Amino acid sequence: METTIAEPVLSLRSATLAFGDRQLWSNLNLDVRPGEFLAVLGPNGTGKTSLLKTILGQQQLTSGSISLLGKPVGLGTRDIGYIPQQKLLEQGTPLRARDLVAFGANGHRWGLPISSKAVRRKVDEVLEAVGATAYADVPVATLSGGEQQRIRVAQSIAGDPRLLLCDEPLLSLDLNHQRGVSKLINEQRKVLDTAVVFVTHDVNPILGMVDRVLYLAGGRFRIGTPDEVLRSEVLSYMYDTPVEVIRSRGRIVVLGAPEGYGVHDHLEHHVGEKAEV
Amino acid sequence: MGNQDIWSQIFGFANYGELLFLVRNSIIAGAILGIVGGLIGPFVMTRDLAFAVHGVSELSFAGASAALLFGANVVFGSIAGSLLAALLIGILGSKAKERNSIIAVIMPFGLGLGILFLSLYTGRSANKFGLLTGQIVSVDNPQLAMLIVISVIVILGLLLVWRPLSFASVDADVARAKGLPVTALGIVFMILLGLSTAVSIQIVGALLVLSLLVTPAAAAMRVTASPLLTPLLSVAFAVTSVVGGILLALGGGLPISPYVTTISFLIYVVCRIIGARKVKSGRNGRLLTPTLES
Repeated sequence: METTIAEPVLSLRSATLAFGDRQLWSNLNLDVRPGEFLAVLGPNGTGKTSLLKTILGQQQLTSGSISLLGKPVGLGTRDIGYIPQQKLLEQGTPLRARDLVAFGANGHRWGLPISSKAVRRKVDEVLEAVGATAYADVPVATLSGGEQQRIRVAQSIAGDPRLLLCDEPLLSLDLNHQRGVSKLINEQRKVLDTAVVFVTHDVNPILGMVDRVLYLAGGRFRIGTPDEVLRSEVLSYMYDTPVEVIRSRGRIVVLGAPEGYGVHDHLEHHVGEKAEV
Repeated sequence: MGNQDIWSQIFGFANYGELLFLVRNSIIAGAILGIVGGLIGPFVMTRDLAFAVHGVSELSFAGASAALLFGANVVFGSIAGSLLAALLIGILGSKAKERNSIIAVIMPFGLGLGILFLSLYTGRSANKFGLLTGQIVSVDNPQLAMLIVISVIVILGLLLVWRPLSFASVDADVARAKGLPVTALGIVFMILLGLSTAVSIQIVGALLVLSLLVTPAAAAMRVTASPLLTPLLSVAFAVTSVVGGILLALGGGLPISPYVTTISFLIYVVCRIIGARKVKSGRNGRLLTPTLES
């Protein structure tokens, strides 16, 4: 047994995921502790979304084990807050912004959608925290993409989750909103000690917040601090081609990484990975 | 037949008091169906199942006409048909595209079977036509009791699963991540939908079930996005359509369905206009002075 300060929220042991003869990652050992911010990086088709599905119990590992709060993962749990890839809600959806947020706190409860005083207070609180009070009573489907994503963040934290899973939550947001949304997620983990697993193709908006990076590419992976992983020699090895990592004014740019590396077009369909826009 | 005759056939009010007494069962049944249709409608809309309702109703019609032919209970036949269709659609058609093709396959088959059974049936022909286009005078006491029992089951079932079903209907990915049994909720909903369709057919007929299970909810969703006001308005619209339709149909001796469908259509048109005006005026609940953001 390793000596630990806090029990890991999420724990993978010798985890391997393969589709047919295509191995996405193998022998992955990973512990994510309370309050830790882990960024999952890498090009399309390397198993970032599959990793999230594995944590949600919707994808079985080929071998190895995965546990959440000390128990094997089941089909979803209330301990998880989930921010999906942005998908605008259907026009005419009979919900106001605050109703979608309330689902994050009590959507699992039977009965009519009448929230208790405590839930209503919580919803007001998180709406305020994400700066969405002004449009709390607006039909949620009529909100802009950036506004809907803020509501998603509010929904994900309304249930006081132990683990926040974020699947490209900044996609299609402008820079200002990207900063706002990532700041919110960061505050949440600091205040409530929530572990964050944040899948993204661009690490820059969250660079100052990330504790560790899990980089997936070409069937390989690297885990470490951004400084340890995001280096020319490390990525060159993973991509199997000379890659240059440039740091400039607090931003990281990766030059020479093959576009769509790790994606095998003829396999993409079978893998069932969501294409990233 | 002159215009005058046609008019009095559509709107006749001679001996209205006596007629009202004769059809009191139908009015009660109509009001209950309005509640059922109004409550289930918003889910039919958010789950994109309007076409499925039509498919289920055709198989329900086949079941009912088989029961009529073999002298069995028509309501039971109707329930058997609609549950079979609802479960087939629910289990095989989890994706919208697959679902539509399954419905398109089931629907004509059900309608064809129904027509076969009705052609073989030698009893009163009003019974035949009624299954397709609705009827008013046919609701007797045992039948009414059964409609009430099934409707109460549907209403209680919906009230019980309301919140998780709403969550799973509009936001399936997050609901699944939160551990909700999204697939099971979908199957439960299809069973409730099958039962609602079966009872609706007894009053408005197989061809026009949509006017009860879809139109009132679609109208309500045009004017509000409140999760409580939507079903309340939808119920009000559905009850108005069915009961209003029965009351208007009384005098003329015509099927009730044209009255019901016209009222529910008019309500929809009015709601669309109100909804469009609301969008134009920008009144959607947004506070005009935004709070300061950090």
